[in-house]
Amino acid sequence: MLESLSAQPILLALIALVGMALLFGALLGFAAVRFEVEGNPLSDQINGILPQTQCGQCGYPGCRPYAEAIAEGDSINKCPPGGEDTIHALADLLDVEPEPLDSEHGTEAEPTVAYIREAECIGCTKCIQACPVDAILGAAKLMHTVIVDECTGCDLCVEPCPVDCIDMIPRKGGIQHWFWPLPNESRTGNIIATDRESEQVAA
Amino acid sequence: MRQIFDIHGGIHPPERKELSDPGFVMDCPPPSKLVLPVTQHIGAPARPIVEVGDTVLGGQMIAEAQGPVSVPVHSPSSGTVTAIASRAVPHASGMTDTCIEITLDGRCEWITCEGVADWRAESKAVLLDRVRLAGVAGLGGAGFPTAIKLASDRAIGIHTLVINGTECEPYITADDTVMQCFAREVVEGAEILAHMVGAETILLAVEDNKHEAAEAMKDASAHLASAEVVTFPTKYPSGGEKQLIELLLNVQVPSGGIPADIGVLCQNPGTAMAVRAALIDGKPLTDRITTLTGMALGKPGNRRVMLGTPIGELLALGDFNSETSDRVIHGGPMMGFAVTDLDMPVVKITNCVLAPTRSEIPPPQPQQACIRCGLCAEVCPASLLPQQLYWFARAKDQEQLERHNLMDCIECGACAYVCPSHIPLVQYYRSAKGSMREASKEKLRSDNSRVRFEARQERLERETAARDAKRAARKAAAEARLEAGDDPVQAAIERAKAKKAQQEGEQ
Repeated sequence: MLESLSAQPILLALIALVGMALLFGALLGFAAVRFEVEGNPLSDQINGILPQTQCGQCGYPGCRPYAEAIAEGDSINKCPPGGEDTIHALADLLDVEPEPLDSEHGTEAEPTVAYIREAECIGCTKCIQACPVDAILGAAKLMHTVIVDECTGCDLCVEPCPVDCIDMIPRKGGIQHWFWPLPNESRTGNIIATDRESEQVAA
Repeated sequence: MRQIFDIHGGIHPPERKELSDPGFVMDCPPPSKLVLPVTQHIGAPARPIVEVGDTVLGGQMIAEAQGPVSVPVHSPSSGTVTAIASRAVPHASGMTDTCIEITLDGRCEWITCEGVADWRAESKAVLLDRVRLAGVAGLGGAGFPTAIKLASDRAIGIHTLVINGTECEPYITADDTVMQCFAREVVEGAEILAHMVGAETILLAVEDNKHEAAEAMKDASAHLASAEVVTFPTKYPSGGEKQLIELLLNVQVPSGGIPADIGVLCQNPGTAMAVRAALIDGKPLTDRITTLTGMALGKPGNRRVMLGTPIGELLALGDFNSETSDRVIHGGPMMGFAVTDLDMPVVKITNCVLAPTRSEIPPPQPQQACIRCGLCAEVCPASLLPQQLYWFARAKDQEQLERHNLMDCIECGACAYVCPSHIPLVQYYRSAKGSMREASKEKLRSDNSRVRFEARQERLERETAARDAKRAARKAAAEARLEAGDDPVQAAIERAKAKKAQQEGEQ
């Protein structure tokens, strides 16, 4: 038997290769079962980039569903609260071309927080049920209020309010949030006297 | 004699310190009104505890600290609160902030202040509380709450207290004056600080262009075995606390760390004096020594100024000539910012008010393209690569900025000072740092939202599942009874029949 095999090296090689293929196949199969990653790591990464406003402006009920949809191939420009920055970060992650924000889903705006005019609140709890992050505190027939630090500014609580006592107010602004802007680069150049003269003439 | 080490880079701008004649404190008559911002420090704003119309006495707390990193505000003199409103405050943004305006009655009545009898006998907690309630914030220019700095408990204890009398920025002589005129108080304050943090060594660091201050410090600290006056060559920015520590001890504060990580605490001489006043006299921080200088002033000099004094009134005292003046700068020429409104008050961080003429400090030249000369990297005291940081800041590449340690930039302005293309480098870094801080805050916020959203989803699912389970259980129980021949409907009918039969029987 061995003799006949050694007489046919091709057969020997074939047997060896098939044997190795089976061995490695079994190894890979075992590893796939043993070290299986739960959930979709890509959608987790995408979810990490999304602003977690949970506003549903993208058409999905929250950021995670949208992240999962992007992982499945949905377009990356449906998130107005994230704006340009989020689109660029997603484009980097997925290695696709960044697209401008889809205006169908809204426009980029300054971040806001909800504010309940407490004197007008009737305590209906409708906003509490609407809030995706449990940022509204209150009970039936008792006044409600927004926990400012937890509010994402999704404005989902505004519509259900029967007495229209919820305002969306800007979250940032004021001296505590200010930081230096980038220098104005339009002043660059024009140090040669003739440049400045021609500029004046043009003006 | 202690060995002095060197730091990387640094520059030698014209000092012009003699202009404000260090070593003399000129008096400063009380202004007509005081404007006291609720934020004069790094941290959360203080909350006003007085109302418009209230009469206040000097030393009375008018705004209390709110949150862990905050500092209270006290009234520097007696008078009436005439407004609590938004006013211009000394801030690079030129924006307004909540201020408490006090119209003084001129009687200068104070509350009775009581210090601790023997600070050596008190526990650290009591002393810390006193410092906190006295509203002491770092007087060197950053305004970090002193009590927090003293309370921070890092892994290793503090072994060295450095009193940072470097004052390396041109023009400013406030610390120089404090060290000369209040040497005893500064040293006593340093002793208290060292006691509070348990430091064995006190280093009184003075640049070698301040002989008188160094002499005064030597005289005042002669009786202390643990204290040593160290002088070292003048160079900007040796006064940055990380730079100073390297200069004195030849150890570097780790990137992103604070001096306490290597067992060192830095305090400004003015702060040491304020801590002493808070503990021994029981007096809160309501005034400070401020340098008033610049060629546009007839009478420059150092003044003991009540916090809240409008800068305009202070300038008038120094014979301010608004015609020759080009602009007014809060702080020094390297790190200060323009005063956009002369009603801005003097606050805890106002170490200098500078009114230069146009020829003295010319307006910034137009920015040109970077020629990659590398001068900025040569002078950077933090050994960063300013040129790289500049490109990354322009490209808003936060990942690269972080990798190149932008957060270790001390914003000293040495790079912009030597830049032959007049690129306002520091502004690029400040802007990039601001957006990086903002981005990390947003990240925290969004992570928090994600956790809350997921927790809520889970709760809703749990509630639905619980409801369904209950319903199913009820249904199953009913079916089980039915199967066991225990039909509740039939049983009820039978009960009713039995009752009826019984009633009929009675009749």
